[in-house]
Parts: sequence; C-alpha cells; structure tokens
Amino acid sequence: MAEVKEYWRWKEYNWKNPDINWQDAAVITAGIDVGSVSSQAVIMCDGELYAFSNMRTGSDSPNSALNAINWAMADTGLTQKNIHFTVGTGYGRVNVPFADRAITEIACHARGANYMYGPTVRTILDMGGQDCKAIHCNEKGKVISFIMNDKCAAGTGRGMEVFANLLGVSIEEVGERSLQVDEEPGPVSSTCVVFAKTEATGLLRSGWSTEKVLAAYCSAMAHRVVSLLERIGMEEDFAITGGIAKNVGVVSRLEKELGVKALKTRHDTQIAGAIGGALFAKALVEKGKK
Amino acid sequence: MIANYGYKDGSGDFFISIDTDKCIACEDKPCLEACPIKILEKFADDYDDEVVGVKEEHRKKIKYSCAECKPASGERNLACQKVCQPGAIEHSW
Amino acid sequence: MITAGIDVGNKITKALILKDGEILSRAQTPSGFVQKKAARDAFAEALKLAGLREADVAYTMATGAGRNEVTFAQGRITEVGAAARGAIKLYPEARTVIDVGAEEGRALKMDEAGKVIDFAINEKCAAGAGSFVESMSRALEVSLEEMGPLSLKAEKAVPMNAQCAVFAESEVVSLIHARIPKADIAKSIHKAMASRISSMVRRVGLQKEMVMLGGVARNEGFVQALEEDLELKLLIPADYPEYISALGAALAAAEKAGVK
Repeated sequence: MAEVKEYWRWKEYNWKNPDINWQDAAVITAGIDVGSVSSQAVIMCDGELYAFSNMRTGSDSPNSALNAINWAMADTGLTQKNIHFTVGTGYGRVNVPFADRAITEIACHARGANYMYGPTVRTILDMGGQDCKAIHCNEKGKVISFIMNDKCAAGTGRGMEVFANLLGVSIEEVGERSLQVDEEPGPVSSTCVVFAKTEATGLLRSGWSTEKVLAAYCSAMAHRVVSLLERIGMEEDFAITGGIAKNVGVVSRLEKELGVKALKTRHDTQIAGAIGGALFAKALVEKGKK
Repeated sequence: MIANYGYKDGSGDFFISIDTDKCIACEDKPCLEACPIKILEKFADDYDDEVVGVKEEHRKKIKYSCAECKPASGERNLACQKVCQPGAIEHSW
Repeated sequence: MITAGIDVGNKITKALILKDGEILSRAQTPSGFVQKKAARDAFAEALKLAGLREADVAYTMATGAGRNEVTFAQGRITEVGAAARGAIKLYPEARTVIDVGAEEGRALKMDEAGKVIDFAINEKCAAGAGSFVESMSRALEVSLEEMGPLSLKAEKAVPMNAQCAVFAESEVVSLIHARIPKADIAKSIHKAMASRISSMVRRVGLQKEMVMLGGVARNEGFVQALEEDLELKLLIPADYPEYISALGAALAAAEKAGVK
C-alpha cells in the first residue's frame, strides 16, 4: 500500500540558549504544557529562557510530559534533580507526574505572553491545537478576563489540519498558499468543520483553486475568533500565540478585520504556556512553596 | 477576573460568565445549591482565591445542561443568577 | 386531486406524489452540489413510479434546506411546518415531533390540528445531526447502515467526552486502541447524540405522543438510545421516516390547490 502523506504533520524540535550556563543559575524552573495536540517543555534559569522542546503529544500524557522535558534537557547536562520547581499546565496538566503544581493554561499563557511580548500586552489570543482562548491581562500578566473555546474544532489547529489533509497541502504551507489569490473570496459559510469540508468539496468541484478555498477557510477562521475577542474586550497591545500564530493566512486576515497589528516575538509562539508555567514555578520557589 | 465558561459553535455562543472578583467576597455562594442540575462548583483559582466556576464536565455542553432553565418559550428560570447577591453571573444566550 | 411534495435536504432530496390523501409513489436522490437538478431528478423518478406526467400534478410544494432551489414548485413550506403536517396525518395522537436529518435536528410541539406551537432547532453543528454518526462510523470503520445493529449488541456504554464531531473522531480512535468493543463504542456514540437531541426536546416540553422522523430514525441504535434517554417509546413510520416532510409538503399542496 502506498504510504499516506500526512499533510498535518509539523516539525518537532528542541532549542538551547548558548548564552546561559545553568550551573551559574540560582533558581532553575520548568514549565510543561501538555496540550491535546502538542507538548512543550521550557526550562528557565533565574527567569530567563534557557531551553525548550516542542513536540507532538502522544496518546499517553505522562509519557508526553517526560519526553518533552527530557528532550528540552538533551545536551545540557541537566537532570530533573537540578530543577527546583516544575509546573504542569495545559489540557493534560494533571498528567504531569513529576510536576510540583498544576496551573491552568489561561494563567500560564497570560504570564508567558507577558514575558515574550513585554508588559504592554493586554490581549492575548491563543490559537492552539484543540482550543482557542482569548485572555485580557494586566501589566503583570495577571488575568483580568478570559474566554476559552475547546468544545468545537472550528477555529483550532485541529480544524486547520482537517483542511490541510482534505486539500493535500502541508500545514506549514497553508498560510502562504492562502495568500496566493488574485481576489479575496468571501469566507466559507459553514462554521462547523464537518460541514465546511462538504462546502469546500463543492467549491473545488465548481472550479475554485486550492488557494482560493484555503483563503476562504483562513478568512472564516479569522472572522470566527474576532467574536471571542469582542466578548472579553479587545485592548492593545495585542499578541497571538499557539500554532496558528505561525499561519500568516489567518494572522494577516485577523489583523485586517480587527484593524490592529499583532506584536511580533523572537520566541516560538507555541511555548507561551510552558514559559508561563516556568515563571509561576520561579515565583512559587521565591514564595518558599518548596 | 471575568471567567467565561462554555463555547461557541456553529449554532451559536453559549457562555456563562462569572465575575470572580465579586464572587470572592460572597460567603455562602448560594448559586451552588440553586442550580437544579448542579453545574457550578467552588474551587481555589490560580491566584489562590476561592471562587465559583462551571464544572469541567459541563463546559462543553452547557447549552444542553442549561436547557431546562431555558424553555423554547415561556419564562426562563435562571436560578443561579437570581440567588447571586453580588450579581456575578451572566448568561450569553 | 394529485399533488407533490419535494423535500430538498442537505444530503438527500425526497419527492412524494399524493392522490386524495394516499401516497402513490416516493423517490429519492442525493442532493449533491446542484440541488435544483436533484429536485428535478427525484420528482421525475417519483412521477415515473406513479405512471404520471408533470401536467397531472395540480400543485407542487417544496420544503427542506434547499426549498428555494426548487423553482418549478408553486409553493414553499418550512421544514417544521411540513414535518408537523406529515406527522399528524400518520399519527393523529402525536403532539411532539423529533426530526433528525443529516445536518439538522429539530423538535416541535403541535396541537391536535398539526399547528406548530413551539420548536427548537439544532443547526450548523454536526454534533446534533446525522453527520455525527456518519463521521463516527468512518472512525469506527463500519458502514453507516451497520451502526444501528452493531449498537444493539452492546453490553455497556462508555462516557464520551468530546462534543464536536471532529474531536469525537479522535476519541473513537483512542477507544478502539483501548480495546473497547466496537459495539460498545457504537452505543456510546448514539447515547452521546441522543442526549443532545433529548435536551432539545425538553426545551419544547415532553408531550406525548412523540414521533420521530428523518433519515436518522432508520438507525435503530440511535432510536434505542433516544428512547432510553426520554424514557418512552417513540412512534416511527419505519418504512419511510425520511419522507414525512415530503408528505407534509404534499398535504400542504393539496390544501393550497383545494382553495384555488
């Protein structure tokens, strides 16, 4: 049987900050974000990003957490014994057996975004694999209000994966390809991913190009999350985190609809939750919680 | 913090929002008992404040969980909202 | 007098020919992407089965999601109105109608004359419609037709956490990996969907007798789960549950033509 190409698959990787020597650090903390689709582990030395890993979540969450932290520590000489405090977060946060505490992904994302984008960030949109969150926070990264949608696949990375597979376009190319249209089509009218698939099949059959269908879907996704932002009260500065933040097709359409530019970061947008976890861990060490 | 529990899907927006800053000061939290199907719970949030939230198992189906208090016609009976003295609970639908 | 009812559903288009209250013929065809053609085809097929020509039909009434595409029909009626008329004709004692099609679920309450008092619709989300079972059957790798019989063989149901069809597919795959028997998974799928439909029925009020119609009424596994959830027996026109709205439309057509 011919191998089935998995268009949804994105690259897993790890990273280490060459400018930091962990042996010099007073407090080493870790944040593990076990999402339904991806898992990240972040290690921070005195509140500075030292190393992280970003990988796909396996069917067994405790293993995903362990794999992620081990990969983040790879080639650093660190072992779990050197880590003073570990916070687990994300959908699988209760499944991080070696965590000292579990904290919700809402609080961790706000904290992490505050680090990644600076204290001017007030609104964070996290578009993850299986959920979409909008968070309004203060200058310290404390949550003022939030809304989370994890019931419905529309507006999530999973929904985008379904489309990537349907159209035979690699998930990492969806954004770019969706911008290769002469004229911007109207958004796909069905919100539901199941119905949108049927709609897309009909559009392709009626002669639409793959790019045009992708444009219509990216635009529908952007339109959909705007209402979540409106519900919590959109305030600048604005940042987008999560896997979809890497999809220029959704981000540019979202910026256009909101009339607001999203802040840029040099960090991987998928590690906001894990960074927040590691920062919470540091604060908890300083409070003497361990 | 204003916590919005629920979801948005193709059929609409279904959120219960709870203003936990108002909730902290409320001693009795009568909403917990008032809800006929007990979808609310008391818990310590990430900032260690004791607040009320919607139970995990109802968050993805509150449109269905709350259906009995919201008949298609006739009077809505949002028991949780009625007993909430600080006015911390709102329904989006 | 001969009239016709054409129900253009999201997935299947149904046509029915009625003569003085008696059904002469029924025909269906996939709605596809050109609903106008589907309506024509189904109508032509029904006429052929009845041995009639289009000129013999006094009035044609269209219903369903694509009713506006049926340009050759003289009148149009809402899905709710058509379902109520069809149901009360078959079951004069019925007061509640549950209509579950491929992409929509509906519950309505009516009076003894079949006049709709109240209704609730679950639309634009696959979780509350036949599409849900169809998506799950793909994940389970059994045909849609097998889902019902398979479900009846279940020994127990496991709770399903996902509400969305897309997420539920992944959940079904992990249940298969956990070696849960397929029959039990099928039952769990029907139970999950039944609870969504029953909450919609509760919104209009539980009033006997209750009729279930629409294509999903053919799925005995779903019917069993819904009957268990509602704790009552449903009336089901088992031979042709998907044609009741077309029947209602044809009945409405007869009323119109009678007045003319």
